[in-house]
Amino acid sequence: MKKIDSYNYPDSKGHFGPYGGRYVGETLMPAIIELEEAYKKYLDDDNFKKDLSKLLNNYAGRPTPVTFASRLTEFAGGAKIYLKREDLTHTGAHKINNTIGQALLAKYMGKNRLIAETGAGQHGVATATVAALFGMECKVFMGSEDIRRQAPNVQRMRLLGSEVIPVDSGTGTLKDAMNEALRYWSAEVETTFYVIGSVAGPHPYPVMVREFQKIIGEEAKAQMIKEEGRLPDTIIACVGGGSNAMGLFYDFIQEDVEIIGVEAAGEGTDTPKHAATLNLGTTGVLHGSKSYVLQDSSGQIMEAHSVSAGLDYPGVGPEHSFLKDIGRVQYVTATDSDAIHAFKTLCRTEGIIPALESSHALAAAIREAGKRKKDDIILVCLSGRGDKDLAHVATLIEKGGF
Amino acid sequence: MGRITESFKKNRQNKSKALVGFVTAGDPDFETSKKIILSMCYAGIDVLELGIPFSDPSADGPVIQRSSMRALKNGMTMEKAMDMVREIRKHHSIPIVLFSYYNPVLAYGAAKFQKDAMEAGADGVLIVDLPPEESEELTSQWDDREFPLIRLIAPTTGIERAKSIAAGAKGFLYLISKTGVTGSGGLDTSKTGEYADMVRKVTDMPVCTGFGISKPEDARALAAFGDGIVIGSAFERAIEDNIGKSDIDEKLAAMVRSFKEAIK
Repeated sequence: MKKIDSYNYPDSKGHFGPYGGRYVGETLMPAIIELEEAYKKYLDDDNFKKDLSKLLNNYAGRPTPVTFASRLTEFAGGAKIYLKREDLTHTGAHKINNTIGQALLAKYMGKNRLIAETGAGQHGVATATVAALFGMECKVFMGSEDIRRQAPNVQRMRLLGSEVIPVDSGTGTLKDAMNEALRYWSAEVETTFYVIGSVAGPHPYPVMVREFQKIIGEEAKAQMIKEEGRLPDTIIACVGGGSNAMGLFYDFIQEDVEIIGVEAAGEGTDTPKHAATLNLGTTGVLHGSKSYVLQDSSGQIMEAHSVSAGLDYPGVGPEHSFLKDIGRVQYVTATDSDAIHAFKTLCRTEGIIPALESSHALAAAIREAGKRKKDDIILVCLSGRGDKDLAHVATLIEKGGF
Repeated sequence: MGRITESFKKNRQNKSKALVGFVTAGDPDFETSKKIILSMCYAGIDVLELGIPFSDPSADGPVIQRSSMRALKNGMTMEKAMDMVREIRKHHSIPIVLFSYYNPVLAYGAAKFQKDAMEAGADGVLIVDLPPEESEELTSQWDDREFPLIRLIAPTTGIERAKSIAAGAKGFLYLISKTGVTGSGGLDTSKTGEYADMVRKVTDMPVCTGFGISKPEDARALAAFGDGIVIGSAFERAIEDNIGKSDIDEKLAAMVRSFKEAIK
């Protein structure tokens, strides 16, 4: 399905069709209701809008450009590939759009302590950054396995004055960090603002994060019209929790544009080591909302796997589940190996080092471009830069196989 | 009248307080767990809160998380939790409240869950991450037999919201005694007591307080403000400390007796 005529989700209770909602303990319910009220009030408030826009332009570095990737296009041998350059924002990923928005909201609400969970560390760095900017206290929960995989980002958060709290429970990755952040929030809910990093979690987080990220798609639309005189035929983004994807997709939902989300297939969708939640998961409730999740038949959450810490999550934002079910977005997969090949390819063809997360989207873009006509246009969200992944990728390449 | 309501009514008539005991079904393994639970029932808990483990218990602290992991590792499932209820029912008429997170219940099936739980002999259920706003999708699939979905009220719940939660509640109200997760420290009994008093002014429902009660003196202080108390992590900690010991059931029974004594 390429276009739908009306799209007005979520409903007033935060439901995207059967997905979304708020599934949290009673201790957190009043805080979530308070947040929803504040979010609705300030998103329409002129001072808030002015402050937000100023920060996005003068601090985060928006608008980010779209770059025509001519040598990558040549390599792929088909459609023209454009990159939406979220890697050029301050802190090097789209995450900053959302953390500026949420931290500003915290400030307007009079809360001076931020907490966050992080997988790859990009959201943690972005939250630590705005905490420093606003003079707020900040704690970031991070799985111990991810701390090992993403050392430079851990150093960055500490330098920025945030406390990084290692989480050893479970698999020591993003899902466990999120459990721990929810626990901490339950204890300190009256004074603490929880900055969720993706379009996941209980309502209003999925819609609020989408609102803070939709600028990616809005800018891209105008930029493509300026560059090519028309919208792209296809837009592509990687999906872990799915915030850069929702950011790019949202403004295109009612346009005649093909939309593709790319999940991490890890070692393959025929193995248990993947993070392809929308492709292989089933409906469940995790971390406050109903969505597709990777689970066994008893409803126990399974471990996800991806070479990229940012995609290594057994859940996904509820709006993606809905967009999949109504057929508006097609969700495909890319393996660890596909992503590393795409990572190396972009480095060598364009002089851009992409994040491993974004490399999944690039892998799908290269694959798709090769099948298309030369005057087709594909726009890929380059959600972040890959400096954080250098050591990890170097080790993988050294081990061989890539 | 269901077993839960009857138990609280009897306690009110006798001017005694209820001890609600939480244990994870299947921790550390099915047989030991059954032995522990029965021994706690005989030692005098008034209501059994039987935990069905979930892999991601974000409203619980580390003690209950570890107990859930042990139970899951040893093969605990919803089906086996139903078996556990049947086994207990063979020996004891204690009111049994199942406790879980929403996902395992959703995976099992809403209608099947009520049917099987009631047939096994359970009397109600508490789903910690299913607030009133979302619970209709579960209860609308239930038949009209009395099977209370126990409601929670937290210290962060404003009194108006507490009133509306109480209005739709059945069985008893679970008053969370402190912000945070189960088993964590920092309980302020006088502050909780004041809040419990306030809640009791807006409802006639039996009110039990729980979260963070580990000592008999805290149990005594909080029992005075309501109809009973809930103890979970303290029992689970004792199970963890006595795994492999042959008198594990007797250790837990002794704890039950000391808490019962404290809240007399």
